[in-house]
Amino acid sequence: MSPIIQLNGIARHFQVGEQRVKALDHIDLTIEQGGYMAVMGPSGSGKSTLLNMIGLLDRPTAGEYLLNGHETTALSDDEQATVRREQIGFVFQFFHLVPRLSARENIELPMLLAGIDPTERHQRANKLLTDYRITDRADHRPDQLSGGQRQRVAIARATVMQPKIILADEPTGNLDRSNGHEVMEIIEQLNREGITLIMVTHDPELGARAHEQIRIVDGQITEHLRR
Amino acid sequence: MTLIDTLHYTLTTFRAHRLRLSLMLLATAIGVASVVILTSLGEGARNYVINEFSSMGSNLIIVFPGKAETTGALPPVVGEAPNDLTIDDAMALKRILGITHIAPINIGSAPIDWRRRERETTIIGGNHALATIQNIELAEGEFLPDIDPRKTSPVAVIGAKIREDLFGNQPALGEWIRIEDYRFRVIGVTRSAGTAMGINRDEIVIIPVASAQQLFNTPSLFRILIHTRNRENIEQVRDDTVAMITKRHDGEEDVTVITQDAVLSAFDRILGALTMTVAGIASVSLLVAGVLIMNVMLISVSQRRGEIGLLKAVGASSRQILWLFISEAALLSLLGGLIGIALGIGVSELLAQLYPTLPIAPPGWVIGAALSICLGSGILFGVLPAKHAARLDPVTALARR
Repeated sequence: MSPIIQLNGIARHFQVGEQRVKALDHIDLTIEQGGYMAVMGPSGSGKSTLLNMIGLLDRPTAGEYLLNGHETTALSDDEQATVRREQIGFVFQFFHLVPRLSARENIELPMLLAGIDPTERHQRANKLLTDYRITDRADHRPDQLSGGQRQRVAIARATVMQPKIILADEPTGNLDRSNGHEVMEIIEQLNREGITLIMVTHDPELGARAHEQIRIVDGQITEHLRR
Repeated sequence: MTLIDTLHYTLTTFRAHRLRLSLMLLATAIGVASVVILTSLGEGARNYVINEFSSMGSNLIIVFPGKAETTGALPPVVGEAPNDLTIDDAMALKRILGITHIAPINIGSAPIDWRRRERETTIIGGNHALATIQNIELAEGEFLPDIDPRKTSPVAVIGAKIREDLFGNQPALGEWIRIEDYRFRVIGVTRSAGTAMGINRDEIVIIPVASAQQLFNTPSLFRILIHTRNRENIEQVRDDTVAMITKRHDGEEDVTVITQDAVLSAFDRILGALTMTVAGIASVSLLVAGVLIMNVMLISVSQRRGEIGLLKAVGASSRQILWLFISEAALLSLLGGLIGIALGIGVSELLAQLYPTLPIAPPGWVIGAALSICLGSGILFGVLPAKHAARLDPVTALARR
């Protein structure tokens, strides 16, 4: 299989007051198409920064990042936005649903930005609402949904553009055990269907389910396990 | 992102923040309404003055004795009084082509009485043509006869108010009134007409101009009013009049001749400028509303950091975010503007009802102007918050809950 993500010497430095903090320090990493990788590590180790970097939300201070074999660091803001929209889906610990929009409207949001016409938007949203068993909650706002329902809406939003990569940052961190389990089932099913899955977690049990595990400490990869 | 989707998305933010929305709409609406109301008042004043002048009569030329000059030279050492403007001067003007009516005028104040009822009033010396030139309509009797203006005649036409004051319910026509030492027979009563040029037309007595000269013991005229056949030849008649009187006064140009159009357009310009000034002052409140919109939009951007970060994560470019926030500001000011215009028109209507003499109505251009200024300031003041939103770093925006 060909690598979908290839990081060569990626670094990300922040200036905090007088100090220069190395959130990521010379990361080399290759992830295969359809892979399932868990990013572990203590908090503040740089694992979220790595995820943001892969998701093109952050730009590296140094190094190169090839996505599907294409260099991404030189892309303009508009081009990066297009890549995010079409190839990457985000799932966050705190769901990040727009509070004033209904579940359906939240799912349709990426399609809205892509300029997809309303009929198709509706069809695609309906399919996901059915798949994730939240059809009866379609017109409810996030504050009227349970945590598990919220995360399912967020996953539907992340997959509605049929991305190649799902980036999940502690997707079960804010859920109880049974809801967490259900969300993991959905995400892993997506992976079985061929979507590359990268998940940040500090839960070793969750991490163990992934095909590959890396451990980041102080911005450097200290361990890389393959199953 | 299509326009309809942008609008729909913006409307969801409005729905979510109703109080904030209504306060911003209120501020904008007050600004726009004050522009509309103040220009309505200005236009009302302008139209009022123009109507006043129009009731003087149209196609009018006025000849004054004396030359209004503003030169820097010292006054002549030997004072040279200008020639009097006389009835003969007025008669001579009849030879000028394009003149239809000429009215030599004298004016003064004198006590009048009838059977020991006495009052002081304005006496106007005129002739038959005066009625046509000044649009004087009669309620009773007839106007001054068409006689040689050099001849005196003991007849008088009295104003509606004078008739009421002196005669009450008793018949006035044919009665003899006394003005100073002269007696005049009332031959006509004017229809109530209100004020024109500061003279209440209902409180005057019109007698033949020669009689007035006798009464006031003067050989000169106060004015000569000229009515021309049409508007087009008014300037030509003016020049001919100046030339004719200059020739008669031994080559000295000692009269001032103005046309009603010139006076009208001068007032029109002055009051038009006044309206613009007032509108300008009112638009300051629009500016204030713009600053308020900017302020509230900035707060809104910082409150919606999470949303902005998310929009970026799901594929919005900085340009789309910019566009989204600018359209929010634009839509906001447009709505406020429309409300303000409705409010402004409503208040203007109300004022027009309260002060029926003033023709208060918002001029058509102000609607468009107020709306575009409002929209313009909304967009202008929306740019800064929108840029803030677009520049927001998605990582930090998403890091907070």
